[in-house]
Amino acid sequence: MTTSRAIAGTGNWLDERFRGAKGMRTFFRKIFPDHWTFLLGEIALYSFVILLLSGTFLALWFKPSMTEIVYHGSYIKFHNMRMSEAYASTLNISFDVRGGLLVRQIHHWAADLFVGAILAHMLRIFFTGAYRKPREVNWLIGVTLLTLALIEGLFGYSLPDDLLSGAGLRITQGVLQSVPIVGTYASFFLFGGQYPGQLIIPRMYIMHVLLIPGLFLALIGAHLFIMFHQKHTQVPGKGRTNTNVVGAPMYPYFMAKTGAFFLFTFAAVAIAATFVQINPIWIYGPYNPIAISSGSQPDFYMGFLEGSLRIMPAWQWVVFGHTFAFNVFGPALLIPGFIFTSAAVWPFIEQWITGDKREHHVIERPRNAPTRTALGMAMVAFYGVLWLEGANDVLSQHLDVSLYTITEIARWSIFVVPIITYIITKRICLGLQHKDQHLLEHGVETGIIVQRPSGEFVEITRPLSEEARAKIVRPEPLALPSGAEEPVPPPAMRRTVGRVKARLNKVLAESVPMNGHGNGAHPDGEHAAIGPGDGGDS
Amino acid sequence: MSDSPAGRWPGDDQTADDQTADGAPRRVVGTPPPGRSLLGDGAADVPAAPPRELPSDPEDLPSAKRAERVVAACFMVAFLAGLAFIVAYFVFPVHTLDGVARSNLGLGLSMSLVFLGLAAGTTIWVRRLMPDVELTEARKPLRSSEEDRAAFEQTFEEGADASQFVKRPLIRRTLIAASLPALAAPILLLRDLGPLPRKDLTFTVWRPGLRLLKADANTPVTPGSFSSPGSMITVVPDGYQDKFDALAKAAVIIIKFAPGQVEYTNADHPVPGKVVANWTVDNIVAYSKICTHVGCPAALYEQTTHHILCPCHQSTFDATRGAAVIFGPATRPLPQLPMTVDAKGFLVARHDFTEPVGPSYWERP
Repeated sequence: MTTSRAIAGTGNWLDERFRGAKGMRTFFRKIFPDHWTFLLGEIALYSFVILLLSGTFLALWFKPSMTEIVYHGSYIKFHNMRMSEAYASTLNISFDVRGGLLVRQIHHWAADLFVGAILAHMLRIFFTGAYRKPREVNWLIGVTLLTLALIEGLFGYSLPDDLLSGAGLRITQGVLQSVPIVGTYASFFLFGGQYPGQLIIPRMYIMHVLLIPGLFLALIGAHLFIMFHQKHTQVPGKGRTNTNVVGAPMYPYFMAKTGAFFLFTFAAVAIAATFVQINPIWIYGPYNPIAISSGSQPDFYMGFLEGSLRIMPAWQWVVFGHTFAFNVFGPALLIPGFIFTSAAVWPFIEQWITGDKREHHVIERPRNAPTRTALGMAMVAFYGVLWLEGANDVLSQHLDVSLYTITEIARWSIFVVPIITYIITKRICLGLQHKDQHLLEHGVETGIIVQRPSGEFVEITRPLSEEARAKIVRPEPLALPSGAEEPVPPPAMRRTVGRVKARLNKVLAESVPMNGHGNGAHPDGEHAAIGPGDGGDS
Repeated sequence: MSDSPAGRWPGDDQTADDQTADGAPRRVVGTPPPGRSLLGDGAADVPAAPPRELPSDPEDLPSAKRAERVVAACFMVAFLAGLAFIVAYFVFPVHTLDGVARSNLGLGLSMSLVFLGLAAGTTIWVRRLMPDVELTEARKPLRSSEEDRAAFEQTFEEGADASQFVKRPLIRRTLIAASLPALAAPILLLRDLGPLPRKDLTFTVWRPGLRLLKADANTPVTPGSFSSPGSMITVVPDGYQDKFDALAKAAVIIIKFAPGQVEYTNADHPVPGKVVANWTVDNIVAYSKICTHVGCPAALYEQTTHHILCPCHQSTFDATRGAAVIFGPATRPLPQLPMTVDAKGFLVARHDFTEPVGPSYWERP
């Protein structure tokens, strides 16, 4: 292999200064396991890069100012209209800067993709148990990033000071004001006085372009560093264990693949920005606290909060002479607080229940942890009901059902649907486990029926390939024994907390038993699943 | 990383005449150099490279040759699209809706093709041209070895001892004490972010005799302004048309009813489910437009049912019964603005609202 003189010279120059040959070799040969779901986090990362690039471009023209001016720009319809400089400069970016509208739409689409990819990535991590030891810290960073992303998005789409985003900002203020004890003060401090004031846009701007992106950079850096240091998880398969990583090296494979994937992400965002209009602020008009457009919907990631506010019955109490607006505080802050907190603490709760302190690097198939998967799906259902309720006016219009009926249904569904989802998911997982178990024990059905000398008909089965078997086999129990099943349980397990723990342990460990690892199939059909004891399902 | 175990600089004539280390014949002037190590010079006694882990070529070379052409075609698409982007930038003027739409299409389409061409080309390159490999790397337990942990523990304790931090509580405690007031400083400095709420949320700019102006036309309203019962008009306080801080609390809707539609009370204060008769003029009722839920303008009015609906979260108020809540998350009716007519027959405020308008808050009386 020949190396060009320029590279050789640079390599030599750098190595004589940094002693990097060994480290860089390790870096180049770092192994990256491959699976399509690993790309979800990459989409989030690359949308963030797109957001930084496009956001910087927009900031070159955007004026974060609520100073009122009279508009005389290119959009003739608004001539002589009074509006904030923020709104006017957004019109200017859209109509007078070449590529301005494109980059605005890229920025907005990338933001939606960013949050969507984070959500999908988190679900992947959850359902495969990839958050387990040693990755709990990265899971917490992820939950923090999602929370920040929602706030960053809210601030971002509020900046243009148009009529639609103004409604969002008004809701934000009303929510802040509902917080017991400190709410009114928090609102006055954030807005610099009464709503809307003159300061909220410059304040949101500095948080949107400096403070939160700074936190993002730090946390994403930590997220990636930890992932890099701990090495990526891998899906179960032949030769893949908790003590190795199987895949292709960083250089050139992962570099090229991930580079291509960045370009794909950028292409997808650019295509959306080209063909699908998003946030056409000139249609909404400038903000005015006495006007609102009906049927307005927030960005999709705020939908669950909108639904949460809509679903809430009118509950408000007077506490020691103070107004406690639970109808706002509960749905807007307690419910997202519940969702994010339960996500954050789940790895630790699970660890406490299962007593599992082992390192896990091979991820689990969702079916192989039925209770966890069912809990996760119940949470998805909970979120889903809120999200749909957030669009209840749209649903009402399209389904021709009364708005109030939909809300009433949602008020029941928020409790019923997650429970049903839990039960169904668990049944599906256990059913799939049975199917896997059957494959392991009896092999693949070939469809060939033979008649035995005795006159009996049996189907010939073919043993699973080693690869297929390695994907299915469950190497580890879901929970370690809690000790409660011993004849004389340890004292700690006899107390109430211990008994609860033992009960939860049993629920979490629920799985179809692995009957050894099976000895493969039986090509002669000798023990094919035809006996009544085997269920006779072949 | 070089195939040549002793890569050298072949640049000057003396070395060019050397034999390469693997015994290849002397290089003829003008032919490529025999090999050059990545890290360059001084390679007289380079140890043997470890065995190759990656094959240098894919197994199916004819197919790779085809793939190479496809990749090149993708990159050419990206190249041409890049040129098209530059052209589109200059060709399509903006400043009008149509112009912006054309420019957006031209720039966006060409930009998408650049990324798509590069992405597709690179993907095919990786998948079809680079040889398939699957390598295994050992994963060490993350927990440090016992020796390392013990050594670290000792280092930490030595440092703690040497710092005297543990041994000298006086220093420790005064240091902690010293930092406490300083930590409060950042919070203190944020105090001037905004004024204290005081009673600002309890009143609006409405005062006795202040005229109601139609929101968009800025004209005063007379009882005759309504062409027929049933319609709703948004009004603002005279002189505050462009004052957002005032309007965010003081915006009002007035609704004209047919006689007998409204449930009145003769009290001089709000009564649940009733409209204060004394505060209306000629069956015209004025309500705060600011929703009592989170403050959106309750802007939708359905004439047939007399329902006022807030589009944000669908709190629904019955306009004939003192804007009582009939559905949704709002807990309180929209406050009624006391109204009368002035000497010229225009609708004016009798006085301010008798309760705070808009969303609830902790200190609300």
